[in-house]
Amino acid sequence: MPMHRNAMRRYHPLVLAIVVGMSLSACGGKEESSGAGAGSSVGGGAEQVTVRIGHAAPLTGAIAHLGKDNESGVELAVAEANMRGLTIGGRKVFFELMSEDDEGKPDKGPIVGQKFADAGVAGVVGHLNSGVAIPASAIYQQAGIPVISGSATNPQLTEQGFQVTFRTVGRDDQQGPAVADYLLARYQPKLAAVIDDASSYGEGLANEVEKTLKAKGVAVLPREKGTDKQADWKAVLTKLRGRKPEAVFFGGMDAAAGPLLKQARELGLTAVFAFGDGACTDKMHELAGPAAEGLVCSQAGIPVSSSSQPFLDAYKARFGREPLIYAPFTYDATNLLIEAMVAADSVDPAKLLPSLKSIAHVGATGRIGFDDKGDRKDAEMTIFTVQEGKVLPVAIVKSGTIIDFKDFAGTASTGDR
Amino acid sequence: MDIFLQQIINGLTLGSVYAIVALGYTMVYGIVQLINFAHGEVVMIGAMVALSVIAAIAGSGVAVSPVLIILAGTLCAIPVCMGVGFAMERVAYRPLRGAPRLAPLITAIGISIILQHLAMLIWSRNPLSFPQIVANPVFEFAGATISAVQVAIIGLSLAVMAGLSLLVYRTRLGIAMRATSENPQVAGLMGIDINRVISLTFVIGAALGAVAGVMVGTYYGVAHYTMGALLGLKAFSAAVLGGIGNLAGAMLGGMLLGVVEALGTGYIGDATDLCHVDWISATIAERCAADGHFILLGSNYQDVFAFVVLIFVLVFRPSGLLGERVSDRA
Repeated sequence: MPMHRNAMRRYHPLVLAIVVGMSLSACGGKEESSGAGAGSSVGGGAEQVTVRIGHAAPLTGAIAHLGKDNESGVELAVAEANMRGLTIGGRKVFFELMSEDDEGKPDKGPIVGQKFADAGVAGVVGHLNSGVAIPASAIYQQAGIPVISGSATNPQLTEQGFQVTFRTVGRDDQQGPAVADYLLARYQPKLAAVIDDASSYGEGLANEVEKTLKAKGVAVLPREKGTDKQADWKAVLTKLRGRKPEAVFFGGMDAAAGPLLKQARELGLTAVFAFGDGACTDKMHELAGPAAEGLVCSQAGIPVSSSSQPFLDAYKARFGREPLIYAPFTYDATNLLIEAMVAADSVDPAKLLPSLKSIAHVGATGRIGFDDKGDRKDAEMTIFTVQEGKVLPVAIVKSGTIIDFKDFAGTASTGDR
Repeated sequence: MDIFLQQIINGLTLGSVYAIVALGYTMVYGIVQLINFAHGEVVMIGAMVALSVIAAIAGSGVAVSPVLIILAGTLCAIPVCMGVGFAMERVAYRPLRGAPRLAPLITAIGISIILQHLAMLIWSRNPLSFPQIVANPVFEFAGATISAVQVAIIGLSLAVMAGLSLLVYRTRLGIAMRATSENPQVAGLMGIDINRVISLTFVIGAALGAVAGVMVGTYYGVAHYTMGALLGLKAFSAAVLGGIGNLAGAMLGGMLLGVVEALGTGYIGDATDLCHVDWISATIAERCAADGHFILLGSNYQDVFAFVVLIFVLVFRPSGLLGERVSDRA
């Protein structure tokens, strides 16, 4: 209690200033203060505004490494925009990254969303997990803040009739069929098993794979489930061994998928294993060891190594490591927000939304435009296999057709895709 | 049949790990009637330390036999965990020894959170992969497979249990521990240094935790700073199942829980397939005709079995399978 009172006293003038500022803009409407954070900066010229861009991902917990990767993509884009020194609406703009940890928990999503809304961010890049992005999106819709996810692939995110949700990756209902199509073309299984980690992401992706396999006449065993933290899959896998599936798909993240694959081979399962993008990382070889050999996995979009060279160089130079999976997508998402601000000549979310909808941008992951729902037009899916410990792209699947990666790589270098 | 046998093997391996962790809970409870909820974190730290050492040695390119490297990792993890166990008791539990029972329980949870986050700071938030240096040949019999690591885990845990029983029932320290457990005041009057005995109990429990950590790490191949939480809770359930405070009970409870979990996960889907009883309603029959199955509870209930067992034990036999003492002190 005393702490609270102290805090109030200390921040009193600032609080007052913000309140006055907000009410002024509400009355006059002449000043654009929305998205301008705490107002003009103290030290610099009076004409500079601070624009906050929110980023939300799990920065703690089992997939914090992926969260950090996403955050780095945003951080890089923000830093580059600040270097360019943009002028929007006649004022110099300083972009500030406001990064929040949503812990990958669905119930934290709306809380983080509200935090962004209260802080008056101009736009949000996130959330990493579909399961978090979906509940949070209602808050963004209410607050009218555009939100672009670089990694949430569950179709539901953009199917809610919201005006503010976008994504720079493909959807599970594009990725699931892509990996299923590849399995069918390459391995022709008669009986398949599908496992998921009971998360929105894993389950959604697994559903799409199952749907496609069934539609093409493959028998699919009853769904098996685990959790995203599970290390012991032996019971489930033993059960599957009795049914002898020829292909097994798992929808989940690498930390669970690694042990799963390793234990499957220990138990003598010979089926081909396929994973979604959450388990299509270089860590698979470390986590599963030699068992990773021959794994088929898919990623929404194009391989990290195929993203634009300037991005890769800048990322490496700034963070001293390679991007993992989605950093190029969050980097693009951030740039899209900034581009939309420039195009609308405003940092007001209500004004930049229309220009975001009609944007045409060439980013680190290629050409980006949005359809009516906010999904990326013509999203590509990449199929990888693990060969001698390396995750190598083998094919690109684009609206149902499988293109050999070698053929695709030829066109990619021209930048026109 | 081979599937059933395989599930039993899976369960016994898992159960061996639970049993060793449960011993840590039960020893501490037996002596100070405290549930040391930070014990799962000790296991995690054991795994992490061993992983770092093993990775360092394996990465340095020194030609040592893989088994020796793992042994070195374990031998480094044990003293570190012992230190953690000692410090934990000194900082969080000893000052509260006379306090109401809830107070040390809360510090235990606090210590667990602190250890978890310390581990996050030291070893990062990423799931770390255990270097897979030992060749893991898989043996086959009667259609089931068992890997060398599984054999080692089961064998080692039996050896550890035997060693602990010898310690408690055949040595002077064991006598002192049992006396302290029975009545600390009187034991003190008889010249037993109670503080030392309690400290040693924590230290021994932590050493067992370190061994369990290495087992889990080498078995699954992953270590993560949150790995101790669920493992700890399940081992705690195992200790309660066997009768908390009772060494043989912890071993039995651990093994039993492992087998229940493996069999439960393996068979719950088929057992709750409503297609066995599709005459109940037309809707069910329809689903069965379309999909061939209508499963009510799936394998995602894997983590639930331990806690269902815990609830049943607490309701129907609070003293556990082998516990004589009614848990009025808990």
